[in-house]
Order: sequence, then structure tokens, then C-alpha cells
Amino acid sequence: MKPWLTFAWIAALRFLAEGRMQSGFILSGIAIGVGVIVFMSAMLTSVQTNFTNRVLTSQPQIQLLAPQEVARPLRWHDGVIEAAIVQQPTQRILSIDQWQTILAAMRARPDVVIATPTVSGSALAVRGDASRSIGIFGMQADDYFRIVRVPNYIVAGNSELGSDDILVGLELAKDIGATIGDKINVTTAIGGSRTLTIKGIFDLGNKGANARNAYVALRTAQSLLGLLGGVTTIDLTVTDVYAAETIAQDIQATLPVEADSWIKTNAQIFTAIRAQNLSSALIRIFVGLSVAFGIAAVLVVSVLQRSKDIGILRAMGCARGQILRVFLIQGGVLGFVGSLAGALVGAAALMVWHRYARQADGSELFPLYIQPSLFVSSAALATITGVIAGIVPALRAASLDPVDAIDG
Amino acid sequence: MADLLALEGIRKSYNVGTPVETEVLHGIDVTIHPREFVALMGPSGSGKSTLLNIIGLLDRPTSGRLSIHGEDTTQLSEAALTSLRGHTIGFVFQYHYLISAFTARENVMMPMLLDRGRPDATMERRADELLDWVDLGRWRNNRALNMSGGQQQRVAIARALAMDPLLVLADEPTGNLDTASADAVFELMQRFNRERGTTFLIVTHNHDLAGRCDRIIQVVDGRITEDRINVLERHSQ
Ligand SMILES: Nc1ncnc2c1ncn2[C@@H]1O[C@H](COP(=O)(O)OP(=O)(O)OP(=O)(O)O)[C@@H](O)[C@H]1O
Ligand SMILES: [Mg+2]
Repeated sequence: MKPWLTFAWIAALRFLAEGRMQSGFILSGIAIGVGVIVFMSAMLTSVQTNFTNRVLTSQPQIQLLAPQEVARPLRWHDGVIEAAIVQQPTQRILSIDQWQTILAAMRARPDVVIATPTVSGSALAVRGDASRSIGIFGMQADDYFRIVRVPNYIVAGNSELGSDDILVGLELAKDIGATIGDKINVTTAIGGSRTLTIKGIFDLGNKGANARNAYVALRTAQSLLGLLGGVTTIDLTVTDVYAAETIAQDIQATLPVEADSWIKTNAQIFTAIRAQNLSSALIRIFVGLSVAFGIAAVLVVSVLQRSKDIGILRAMGCARGQILRVFLIQGGVLGFVGSLAGALVGAAALMVWHRYARQADGSELFPLYIQPSLFVSSAALATITGVIAGIVPALRAASLDPVDAIDG
Repeated sequence: MADLLALEGIRKSYNVGTPVETEVLHGIDVTIHPREFVALMGPSGSGKSTLLNIIGLLDRPTSGRLSIHGEDTTQLSEAALTSLRGHTIGFVFQYHYLISAFTARENVMMPMLLDRGRPDATMERRADELLDWVDLGRWRNNRALNMSGGQQQRVAIARALAMDPLLVLADEPTGNLDTASADAVFELMQRFNRERGTTFLIVTHNHDLAGRCDRIIQVVDGRITEDRINVLERHSQ
């Protein structure tokens, strides 16, 4: 007997050790349950973190645009409309009115980190016989590349843009058969035309974007799109990415612009994430419940088996409280040890999964984010669950009448 | 001689308040003196175990007074009774109830551990001394299940003596043993009584063994029908 342990701990550990078979089975059960939770939670966190990181480094968190043009029906007087059918007007490329003032206002907001103007529109990229339609983004690289991390995705060349330079995607480069240093002709519908040199090639991890997106200096885009002195959007990042939608609504309410947050533009994915989190919470609750019932069942049987031991202990002067503690400790120890084993099982499963689940080209699907807090919280929760599961059996044990226990 | 234990008008009914309420003890008056070695005899179902459980503070009488060293125990709380029981009374039961998860030595240490909370070297020494005394020193690290009935009962006696109790209550301690083991167990209790002066109250059906006690109390149908000093035994001391 270890001198640093009290009676309740000594008896609890001995009882668990003596009931090796029961303890072993319930520990395996808890380990599997906790393992599943650890595996599932780590997967979800990883997928979601990767998604959020990817989205947040490849698009602004809030985009300000010129308000949509709407056709106002002519009226004779209230209620009588001249033209019954109202057609949507075609949306011209419009500059944001008073964009310098708005930009200054954005930069003054404490919840905005970066605000930078961009000009975008469609164009045709021509090289020899090949031509492709592209979307050109004109921007101020210093600020813009802090929002959309194009430099991180450069696979050839670099991202330093002069006024006659362009960055293109992997697919576009392939399609028109161009590489670093090659010149391509970019023309726009309003007649703008420039010959630009490919300075860098990027891979955004998305075929569509790689085929369409092209980045140029702000001035270059302004001249191509006939928007000298104007900008089509102001891109923002904010201090709290999850508050983006609230901030966007606030901006839209106070300034003559349309503000779209990344939360709104990715609404479907957010719904999916919410559904995932809900089902994962439900799984956790049900695994927790089955762990609790499992522990309680094992302890109830153990109380029955040990009723003579309990009776003789009570006869020897053991207080009800001490008996109570013996069984609560057993519940807690089962939960704790089972969850440690489960954490190991879960971590091992994650390693194996990460090792063997690969993309077609053999690179990892996504990096795993395993937070130590996941293990700590699982162990703590399982221990508490164990103690709670032990309450009913422990009360039963403590309320045994020593006379009945010894006679029975 | 001052009374160690005094029972006055002890009654015990089972199933109180139900149609099957039955009184099994009908007013027991008895006094036990220090250093006595008492046999409690009587036919099966006469109420010996019930009486022993009441004396051992495991059960409360329906009415009557039970005093230990002149102090009434009937008003004590459950917790106070438990503590008093641990400090003053040792038990030996018919079916040697050692705790199977523990070794012989740990079983003997158990009452001290319950009292003091954590194990220490003093408890170990005391347990070893008692095990030597019941001649089981070599078995101290054996689990209960690896020992014979007689050996287990001797460990149980060592355990009952661990707290130096005023009184040891034994309910048919030899009832489940062969004659030789029964004799050895009885011998041990008697020797302890003679050498250390511990009081024993032993329920037995064995007339030979009862004949070797200082005093024999007969219970029939919940009443004491005979209470006599065993003169022969007193003289042979
Ligand atoms: N918990 C109980 N509920 C109801 N009746 C009981 C209970 N315990 C004992 N009795 C009854 O009380 C009476 C006395 O029982 P007790 O066990 O004290 O007898 P005993 O003298 O010890 O008998 P034995 O020699 O067989 O051990 C018996 O008739 C028994 O049926
Ligand atoms: Mg009996």
C-alpha cells in the first residue's frame, strides 16, 4: 500500500485491479468512444481551419463595390406605372463614387486592418494564335498582396509588378503557351490594349482561378478598362474575421457602397460547417452518454459483487462517505484512464490517416491541426463523466446496511 | 467490577409498521464485564445474531438502552456509532470475510487504515506482530483466496484485534471449520483473552467449546433463559 494514498484511493484502485476483466472491457469501450471523438474533432478542426485559411488568404474579407444600377419605372402618379415590365439594366463597369473619401474613411475605422483599391474587369489575352478571356485585377501590390497572398502561390518568376508586367495562372500560361518573360497582348471591350510581360506564374489551387485570374498594377488596369482615376472595388481585411458580416452591414448602412463580406459570399460553406459542428456535438454527447452508462453499469455490478466487502468495511468503522468516495474514484479513474487510452488511439488513427490519405499526386490532403487542448479537455470531460456515472452506484454502496451486506 | 457493556430492556422488531412485524428480542437485560470470555448459545433463530449485531452497534434496538462504559449509545448519530464501533469493537464472522482484493497483512491493517486515513510503517509493524501472533507471519503477503478457511479465520481474528478493541464479537467463528482448525481458532481467542485481557463474546453451537468459556448465556426465543458462570473454567485459570 502506497503511503501517499488515502484509504478510498487504495481501495478503489485495488477493486479495479481485482476486477481486471470488467475494468478492461469498460476501458476498451471508453477508449474507442474517446478515440472516435478525438479523431473526428481533429479532422473537423483541420478541414475547417484549412478552409478558412485558404479563403482568407485568397479573397478579401469585405469587398466594397459601386451600388448596382437600378431601373426606376416611370410613374404618372402614385400607383399608376407607365411601363409594366421593368428590365434589369446592363451593369457597366462603374467607378465607386468618391472612392478616395471612402478609402480614407475605411482606413480610419479601428476594425479595419487593410483597405486597398482595385480595378477589375474582363479582357482578352492574346499570344500568337491563342486567345483566352481573362479577368484582370489591377491593384496596389503593397497592400493587396497582404490580403490575397498571391506571392505565396507563385510557382515561377516573382510577384514584383511594373506598369507593363502581368501575373498569370498556371492554366492560362499553359493554354496560351507562354512562360516567364514572354509577352502577351491584353485587350478590353472598350478598346484598351497593352502588351504586357509575364513576370510570375501562380497556382491558386483552383483550376478556374488559374485559368482566369491575372494581376496587374492599378494604373495598367485603369488604362485598359478606361477608368482613369477610378476604382471598381475597395478590398478590406478586418480585425475579427468572423465579425466581417456585421462590419459590412454597418459600412453599407453609412456609405453609398455595396459591401459584401466573405461570410456572405461563402454562405453555403458556412451552413455546411455549422451542420458539421452540430452533428459533431451530437456525436460527442451520445458517446459521452454511452460512456457514462457503461461505467455506471460496471460499477453497479461491482457494488453487488462487493457488498460483503462493503459490509465488513462498515463493521470495521468505515464511514459511509469513505465508501461513497471509493466508488466515485473508481468511476473517475475509469473515465480518465479510458480517455488517455482513447486519446492515444485517436492520435494514432490521425497519424495513420494522414500518412495514407493522399491526393492523387501524393501530396497531403491538408495539414492536420492537432490541439493539445483537445486531449486535455477530452480527459477532463471523461473523468468528470466517470465521477458522475459513479454517483448512483456509489450512493447505493454507501447506503448498504452492514447487517444486510454481511448476512446477504 | 465496572461494567464494560450494559443492556437494559433491549427489544428488536423486524418489519416495524408492516403486517408482518415480528419481535425477535423481547427485553434483554445483560451486563458484560471486562476480561470476560463469554459464550452465547441457543437454538437456531433464537436471536443470537440479532443481539450480537445490536451489541456491535451494527444495528439499533427498537427500544431499550445499550451503554458502553456507562455511556448510552442509543442517542448517538450514525457517524458517531461508526467511529465508536471502529475504535471499541472487533468482529469475527462465521464466513471469514477477508477482503479478497487485499493481502493478509493489508486486511489486518484495514481497521487502522480506516481510522487514520493513510497507511504507515506503524500499522505495518502492528499487522505483522498480530500475524506472527496467530502464527501466519509467513503468509502476510498472500491474498485471502490462497488461504485455507482456518487460516483466513485466524487472519480475521488478528484483524479484529488490530485496534486493541474493548470487546471482540464473534458470530459462530468456528461454525464453518473442521474440528482441528476450530480448536486452533478458539485457542487463539482464549489466549488473547488471558494474555491481554480483551473481552470476547462468542456465539457458538459447540458445547465443548462453550464449556471452555468463563460464562455461558443461553438465549431461547428472544429471551435470556440461562446465564451462568462456568465455575470449572474460572478455577482452572
Ligand atoms: N432482517 C430481518 N428481517 C426479518 N426477520 C429477521 C431478519 N433477521 C433475522 N430475522 C429473524 O429474526 C429471528 C432471529 O434471527 P437471528 O439470525 O438473530 O437468529 P440466530 O439465533 O442467530 O440463528 P442462527 O443460530 O441460525 O444463526 C429469526 O426468526 C429470523 O428469521
Ligand atoms: Mg446467527
